[in-house]
Amino acid sequence: MPVRTLSIWITGVPLAIGAIGFAFSLMASLNPSFFFTWPYFLEVLSAGLLQGVMYSLVALGFVLIFKASSVFNFAQGSMVLFAALTMVGLIEMGLHWTLAFVVTAGVMVLLAIAIERIVLRPMVNQPHIIMFMATIGIFYFLDGFGQTIWGSNVKILDIGIPKDPIFVLTGLVEGGMLVNSFDLVAAIVGAILVAILAVFFQYTRIGRALRAVADDHQAALSVGIPLKTIWVVVWSVAGIVALVAGIMWGGKAGVQFTLALIALKALPVLILGGFTSIPGAIVGGLIIGAGEQVAEVFLGSLVGGAIQDWFAYMLALVVLLFRPQGLFGEKIIERV
Amino acid sequence: MIYREAGQFKSSYGADQAIFPIRQDRIALVILLALAVVAVPLFAAPYWLETILVPFLVFSMAAIGLNLLTGYCGQLSLGTGGFMACGAFFAYKLSTAFPELHIVLVFLLSGLGTAFVGILFGIPSLRIKGFYLAVATLAAQFFLVWMFNKFPWWNNYSPSGVISAPPRALFGDIYLTGIQATPEIKYSFLLVFVAVMALVAKNLTRSRIGRTWMAIRDMDIAAEIIGIRPLVAKLSAFAISSFYIGISGALWAFIYTGSVEALAFDINRSFQVLFMIIIGGLGSILGSFLGAAFIVLLPILLSNAPTALGLEISVELISHMEFMIFGALIIFFLIVEPHGLARLWQIGKEKLRLWPFPY
Repeated sequence: MPVRTLSIWITGVPLAIGAIGFAFSLMASLNPSFFFTWPYFLEVLSAGLLQGVMYSLVALGFVLIFKASSVFNFAQGSMVLFAALTMVGLIEMGLHWTLAFVVTAGVMVLLAIAIERIVLRPMVNQPHIIMFMATIGIFYFLDGFGQTIWGSNVKILDIGIPKDPIFVLTGLVEGGMLVNSFDLVAAIVGAILVAILAVFFQYTRIGRALRAVADDHQAALSVGIPLKTIWVVVWSVAGIVALVAGIMWGGKAGVQFTLALIALKALPVLILGGFTSIPGAIVGGLIIGAGEQVAEVFLGSLVGGAIQDWFAYMLALVVLLFRPQGLFGEKIIERV
Repeated sequence: MIYREAGQFKSSYGADQAIFPIRQDRIALVILLALAVVAVPLFAAPYWLETILVPFLVFSMAAIGLNLLTGYCGQLSLGTGGFMACGAFFAYKLSTAFPELHIVLVFLLSGLGTAFVGILFGIPSLRIKGFYLAVATLAAQFFLVWMFNKFPWWNNYSPSGVISAPPRALFGDIYLTGIQATPEIKYSFLLVFVAVMALVAKNLTRSRIGRTWMAIRDMDIAAEIIGIRPLVAKLSAFAISSFYIGISGALWAFIYTGSVEALAFDINRSFQVLFMIIIGGLGSILGSFLGAAFIVLLPILLSNAPTALGLEISVELISHMEFMIFGALIIFFLIVEPHGLARLWQIGKEKLRLWPFPY
């Protein structure tokens, strides 16, 4: 990233947070029923950021597949659900969770191969909307398939991550800030995952091939990169990312049908960050998570609550009006 | 043999540009309409009318609306459910606030209101395209459903949040909504209403405005260069599409279910209608009907198939299996014929023209 953009971000983000905080404190001084204190604001903000990491985890899978095959994979959410269900099922059968993780990762690779063979290969060169519909078909199929095999009860996925709320920064802020340790672990896992992906893309042979395919399908083909293998690899990687996301979401909220619907929350993250950018998915997730948490807590009560349902979309919509390609997306250039 | 147009000469431009230029098509259509108007209400069981034909007609309306936007103008929308909710709640507020207003007028006015909402949420389409737009329309979906769910003004402060259609007469004491309405009346009204609206839609797509939509769909920059204003074309597509979808929402709430809550118009409804137009055929009015029939019939078939085959499966498992089969069938259809049932129909007609000769 160029130094200039980096410096804009480094100065811009604290400024924006400060500005929102000041706007709220101004509102609080005008309207006594509007509750606002700085530590509380920061606490909500950090909770939102950690929530945002979880969104980013789901959005990552989308970006990987979109980059390599320009397929908008709506089934990512149900892949998350399917992976989590499989993992829970294996743990219930008595496997240790590390072993279950490896087996589930294997299952996700098999799934990727099956999708490539059965769905993608016959549909090469179809318009994007048809491919998109096909992934909605996969979404329904996986939903039904996972629940047919493993049942539809809410399951608990526990791999020993502590869930107690802890106080951090006790010295800095009066009373400290309350942070859920599970979210903290999720953030760390997310960071590790992104680091691994970055290394994989930057330094391995397959990673280079993936980037080539993402840049230009035909050019990649002409220098001898096997497109079909790349698709399998990319869907497998997306499957494993889905597995990690599934473990995190499943550990937080239980493994159940609604898990498949978090994919919908990942969509505004994507348009905010740009469909083709991995850093975009991360930053987009953070912005959406923090934004909707702050909006819900401080503004939600003014209009009746539950604005979390649509706030992310509206935020993304506003960003789109000014930057149609998202924050980090490649500029869309069209030629007649 | 029977389906040949040899000897059918056209002596005017009007005849050449007719919707059904071939005589056999016109005869088939008249027979079909006669069957639908006379035979079906007389002989079909009320269960059939109530659970299959009425939702089929309501969904056809929604599918036509979305097809105008997505199939003809190329703007992908996932906000159909939200716009249907708009129509339903507008109609409810109108008919309870002005009880003397005729019910058909209420439907049309609620469609008009939805058209304005559609224009509002169509504005982003001027800057963004494709999947970005699809996600932007999701904002409409979630925001509208939230709004109708959250503010009790919309459901006249009903504690359950459910709106029930007030009894309204079509004319005299023939009731169209409420408990006195018979399935036959509902079906006949819907049939006439949807048929007229479909005719209007078909003619719209053949007229100047429809051509500008198609030009925008095929290549928006080129369309702009030949003098089509994208602002007018895109927003009119959003407006007219929302008009149809809004009316279908009102019909859904007033005629099909009778009482409805905002959550009935969630994201799944949007996908359902999108499936209809993709399976039926993008850019085809006939496809909207075929797709609606397919999506309405499929779940009924799937849920009745195990009992018909004599298998004993738990209800829960059946619902999961339904999901699986539904998904698999969609993929299958997309692979076999990505241009939908309407295209299959067209291929069939081409074959029939030559039959029984190979050339």
